[in-house]
Amino acid sequence: MKISKQLKLIIIIELMLPLTLLILGIYHGLMQVIYRAGLLSASSMLKLDYYQGLTLHGVINAVVLTTFFAVAFGHAVIAYYLKREPGTKAAWLSLILMVVGTVMAAWAMLIGKASVLYTFYPPLKAHPAFYFGAALLIVGSWIPLVDWWIQYGRWKKENPSEKMPLAVMGTLVNFMIWFVCTLAVAYEVLVLLLPWSLGWVETINIPLSRTLFWFFGHALVYFWLLPAYTMYYTMLPKLAGGKLYSDNAGRLVFFLFLILSIPIGAHHQFAEPSITPNTKFFQSLLTFGVVIPSFLTAFTIAASLEYGARKRGAKTWLDWMFKLPYFDKENGLFGYLIMGMFLFIFGGLTGIVNASYQLSNMIHNTAWIPGHFHMTVAGPVFLGIIGMSMHMLATSTGKTIRFKNLYTMTPYLWTIGILTFSTGMMWGGLIGEPRRTNLGLTYLNPESPMFRSEWVPTTELALWGGIIMALAFTCYMISLIATFFSKRTSEPAVSFPDTEVLHAEPRIRILNNFKPWVITMLAVIVLSYGPALYDVLKWTGRGAPTYLPDNPIPENQIIKNDPSSDEGKKEEKVDTSLIEN
Amino acid sequence: MDKLEIKVMIWTGALMVVFILALLYAAKARNLDVPACVPYDANYKAQVKKVDTATYEIFYVAKMWTFEPQEVYLPVGSEVDLYLTSSDVVHGFHIEKKGVNLMAVPGGINKTSFKFTERGVYKIVCHEYCGTGHQSMQGEIIVNKPY
Repeated sequence: MKISKQLKLIIIIELMLPLTLLILGIYHGLMQVIYRAGLLSASSMLKLDYYQGLTLHGVINAVVLTTFFAVAFGHAVIAYYLKREPGTKAAWLSLILMVVGTVMAAWAMLIGKASVLYTFYPPLKAHPAFYFGAALLIVGSWIPLVDWWIQYGRWKKENPSEKMPLAVMGTLVNFMIWFVCTLAVAYEVLVLLLPWSLGWVETINIPLSRTLFWFFGHALVYFWLLPAYTMYYTMLPKLAGGKLYSDNAGRLVFFLFLILSIPIGAHHQFAEPSITPNTKFFQSLLTFGVVIPSFLTAFTIAASLEYGARKRGAKTWLDWMFKLPYFDKENGLFGYLIMGMFLFIFGGLTGIVNASYQLSNMIHNTAWIPGHFHMTVAGPVFLGIIGMSMHMLATSTGKTIRFKNLYTMTPYLWTIGILTFSTGMMWGGLIGEPRRTNLGLTYLNPESPMFRSEWVPTTELALWGGIIMALAFTCYMISLIATFFSKRTSEPAVSFPDTEVLHAEPRIRILNNFKPWVITMLAVIVLSYGPALYDVLKWTGRGAPTYLPDNPIPENQIIKNDPSSDEGKKEEKVDTSLIEN
Repeated sequence: MDKLEIKVMIWTGALMVVFILALLYAAKARNLDVPACVPYDANYKAQVKKVDTATYEIFYVAKMWTFEPQEVYLPVGSEVDLYLTSSDVVHGFHIEKKGVNLMAVPGGINKTSFKFTERGVYKIVCHEYCGTGHQSMQGEIIVNKPY
């Protein structure tokens, strides 16, 4: 389908801006495995500090890239499947807000005033521009939902007897989850953190802010994931030469995610005070609920792929797995999606471990956790995003993918990298290696009395994985940049591989009506987060003032003790180099 | 819906029930639980209290960038009630080989109970980013003397 110049421009900016920033994000990913393995025993390199780099890595890769992509992909899905373009004004407004927000947050991070990691846990304080930028990025991403819903309403009037296209449903469900979950983090940022970081409020309730963050934080991972799920249901079977086994299964899966994505966030807080074990246990049970849509997807997509492989000549029980179009240069996107699904098997299984209540005591905040989530967010999510970004850029600018060998090879190389990296991290986590720590300064520094030799093999394995991932990303970027600057070979358009459904299925009313599901969603949220919020308000004894990452004294007391000169400040400041040795 | 799909859902559901029963068994029969919260006490102080010959209460305070008490000596076989809070930012608290894993959050007091059955030096690591000195924040529990 042809697209207007405006929409084309919007989509190109929304894809290219985060992909360009991603160079910085992946660079810091590589730097971290280097520091962690003790190859580099320093707090910073090239004037970028370890924790500043870790913040950039998390914010760019997990928030900026994913949000921009979800919006761009949503615009294209609406335009392609509803045959009507999203409103240009709304789309521009959304893009401008997101860009301004990203620039503000990037500025704060790059000048080193927001080294608080992507979870920005208070009472460590970031520059107010970081909080404000994050809020703008989020608000900007709300706008398309309203517009898409209006477009869908118009389409529905013209096509009253048709089912909502599955890809459109996946997109709308995803942004509904996003809207509801980001309400909590918008409240945290705008009502709690921003006035407190500006000094208008002395102290804030820390457990409350953490609970609001995780109300958002876990649903965030489904916001990353559902575009990939949309691709699995509506595009992957076609790429494999098959048909979707069941369209109704896809609808049920998306609605189950609508209900279950949000009310389970407290499983990130099993190790915390101020939330009672009963509340934690209830949310642990709900977390297990998410396993059902995940298994349904695994079986439905596997059946769809098997159908495709049998048409390509597979005969026996298992040989269909090997009769799929791997390494097909004209069908590179297939590799991105299939490798994403493959990694997600392990991402999902380790996720069940994390959800398992008391097992949290073994793995919470150890290197196991990044080991796990790189097999989800850097697996299906990342591979889906970069693979589809290339497809969308090529089609919407009318270009042919250049360096097809590199583009086709990338997901396989990346998968090897991730499996190596995650094995190292999870192994380290099980023997106590902490996450989010500049290990090279102390624990992995042979000259330090804190040296821990048992973490040498684990961090080295992670290092090799990181190097392979960086190589894979370089291959991808060469192909992307060459494609972007190549000459046009066809008319610009939006197009996706269109999957047919295998069986003609009846239209089930409840699977085509949002209302009962949205009501259930809200009811389950009240049931699970009512007690959690009651707990944090009841059990928290005091608020906390602001702290800067390099000083153990609250920020307001530093100023009080230091009316005239810098000398008082110097005395108050603990010399960290002494502690390090 | 397709018969096979319904089968898949039933089996998945049944598997989840098995998992959940395992969690309940661990929590109720084996007494393995997540940390509990206790009422906030403004007079909370870092200290070790000996309740009787084999029972100790340790009150930990995590602060940038150390744990108080830094070193704790306990006899083999000690039953420990461990309390934890933070006096500044959020910290992590992980005792190696013991599966003791807590967050130190300002404003809240965390509690867990466990037993030291073997002698050894148990290292405590802060596993939540807490500022520029985070990678240097550790403590020790030395379990050596028989009681």
